[in-house]
Amino acid sequence: MSERPDFSAFPDASGHFGPYGGCFVSETLMGALDELKAMYERLKDDPQFRADFDYDLAHYVGRPSPLYLAERWSKQVGGANIWLKREDLNHTGAHKVNNTIGQALLAKHMGKPRVIAETGAGQHGVATATVAARLGLKCQVYMGAEDVQRQKLNVYRMKLLGAEVIPVTSGSKTLKDAMNEAMRDWVTNVDDTFYIIGTVAGPHPYPQLVRDFQCIIGREAREQSLKQAGKLPDALVACVGGGSNAIGLFHPFLNDDGVAMYGVEAAGDGIDTGRHAAPLSAGRPGVLHGNRTYLMEDDNGQIIETHSVSAGLDYPGVGPEHSWLKDVGRVQYVAADDQEALSAFRELTRVEGIMPALESSHALAYAKKLAATMSPDQNIVVNLSGRGDKDILTVADIDGIEF
Amino acid sequence: MRRIERCFERLASENRKALIPFVTAGDPQKEVTVPLMHDMVKAGADIIELGVPFSDPMADGPVIQLACERALAHNTSTRDILDMVKAFRQTDSETPVVLMGYLNPVEVMGYEAFARAAADAGVDGVLLVDLPPEEALEVKPVMDANGLDIIFLVAPTTSDARIKLIGEAGSGYLYYVSLKGVTGSAALNVDEVASRVETIRNLAKLPIGVGFGIKDAESAQAVSRVADGVVVGSALVNQIDKFQKEPAAISGAIGDILSAMRTAMDT
Ligand SMILES: Cc1ncc(COP(=O)(O)O)c(C=O)c1O
Repeated sequence: MSERPDFSAFPDASGHFGPYGGCFVSETLMGALDELKAMYERLKDDPQFRADFDYDLAHYVGRPSPLYLAERWSKQVGGANIWLKREDLNHTGAHKVNNTIGQALLAKHMGKPRVIAETGAGQHGVATATVAARLGLKCQVYMGAEDVQRQKLNVYRMKLLGAEVIPVTSGSKTLKDAMNEAMRDWVTNVDDTFYIIGTVAGPHPYPQLVRDFQCIIGREAREQSLKQAGKLPDALVACVGGGSNAIGLFHPFLNDDGVAMYGVEAAGDGIDTGRHAAPLSAGRPGVLHGNRTYLMEDDNGQIIETHSVSAGLDYPGVGPEHSWLKDVGRVQYVAADDQEALSAFRELTRVEGIMPALESSHALAYAKKLAATMSPDQNIVVNLSGRGDKDILTVADIDGIEF
Repeated sequence: MRRIERCFERLASENRKALIPFVTAGDPQKEVTVPLMHDMVKAGADIIELGVPFSDPMADGPVIQLACERALAHNTSTRDILDMVKAFRQTDSETPVVLMGYLNPVEVMGYEAFARAAADAGVDGVLLVDLPPEEALEVKPVMDANGLDIIFLVAPTTSDARIKLIGEAGSGYLYYVSLKGVTGSAALNVDEVASRVETIRNLAKLPIGVGFGIKDAESAQAVSRVADGVVVGSALVNQIDKFQKEPAAISGAIGDILSAMRTAMDT
């Protein structure tokens, strides 16, 4: 058998995870990315930078987030113990803020007075608007016109926080188009603007730095597991949109051979229908948004539209590190469809009194299946990446309820 | 000698500069493109940049985004575009044709298959906006082996060290993006362009084409005084947008713009 790679040694110096990742952007951005890379290299092990980041995570975000044993639900499922990593309890309600705190610190160090972001569900937009408000940075958020309609509450939240939300009407009017538009803005305003990307995608060094900021999730979960369960978990489960909450949980465990990992993509109406958002399950490698990764594309290399009940998973690509972890077989990528996610959403709410985000509900749906095949002396950690308040209107709509 | 090199040599010997129009292939209809290419040559074009439409044109402004959407609305594929070049070559064996677009449609075909098909169709070069030289190590020898030039961009933000690297990696010509922004952005600053082009000349040997922000005869003339080639895109694609319902009028409208540029550049 071939030797297992040392997962902590990636990406390589040019930003690649095996054949994936890299820096596929127009020349105008190469200088800015070099500058960001140099700044990040300098700061990432700098004690003061780390201390500032940790301080904000503790006192502003409210970390560490608890690792909660969902005892009643585990009993009902009948199998492994299901533990929930409670990112839903973070300030602003999701894991996204771990990353925006980190990138906003970088923006401050680089002296950029303006930040931009792309957002789908609006969670990353809210998390960006939040840190921008706190640091007094000008903030503009690009959001597909379709998503602006679907996520009215978060749009208003961003406005209250002082950010400007710019609806994107090009292409499919969703997250990928918002990312295109944010890139166009950055090319134009590269001198004074920091682009806060919301997931582990984009050109190098973004997949690396977003991962590093999100790894707080896995580092805490590892320590908490040892303390609370007395051993490392047998399996980790997280939903995968761009893949930031998943890599944040997985990465600190990658070199622990005994820990199985499952990334759960959105199967939408079902993988067979073609109406889904599961590039790792049903796509193929290509190049989009600055990196090489698995994509949903047609035979001509055009990116195709995605479908999911959860706006935060509605993305045709995925972080490049996940593509590599799939190919080397370290992580299993599976999918849960809209119905499975909705039923997990309802179940956790009723059984544990915790209302999960629809994104996280995909992870819960798979964890339920997995737990049932395991024994009560085994442990699963599920990343509860966000809370479901933002999704109440979506679920009400499905239930035929109008306010 | 390759067609692009020959073109720049001939122009240099005549003390003229290259006029390089860009249009998106298949916009607004597939049938429009080949006759339009011939008409652009008649109006004074020296090299044609043919846009390969992409669903996610990250480096393009609204004008070319819409051109991509129009071309993709009836599924203009890379193979269709190679067929167009092949048809163009039946009566024009001299005007260089450069395919300009994004990497993914090439990547999906496979580098080898793409390069062979492109060379066979009579394509001379490719310019892939999201492919900097660092990521082109694998594709470059494949293009080379098939006689295709690979044209790289230089931006206002490109460091001297990178200009050197790009100059060594590329062939055919260098494409200087005259401003920080997407295609179709505001007007360029001629003095700034002149000083940057001089810097590039000192660091790289290839001919220099300048694009982004060239809209009319006046800006084309100004840029032709300092660069080796003048690329005009959005100003032409605007005409396609305007006449998308009466495609017969497109060639005339674009031809008028190019003729005026040609005259201004040659005087
Ligand atoms: C709660 C929550 N979970 C997950 C995601 C998906 O993103 P990622 O895969 O980067 O964690 C989102 C994105 O908006 C989200 O809001």
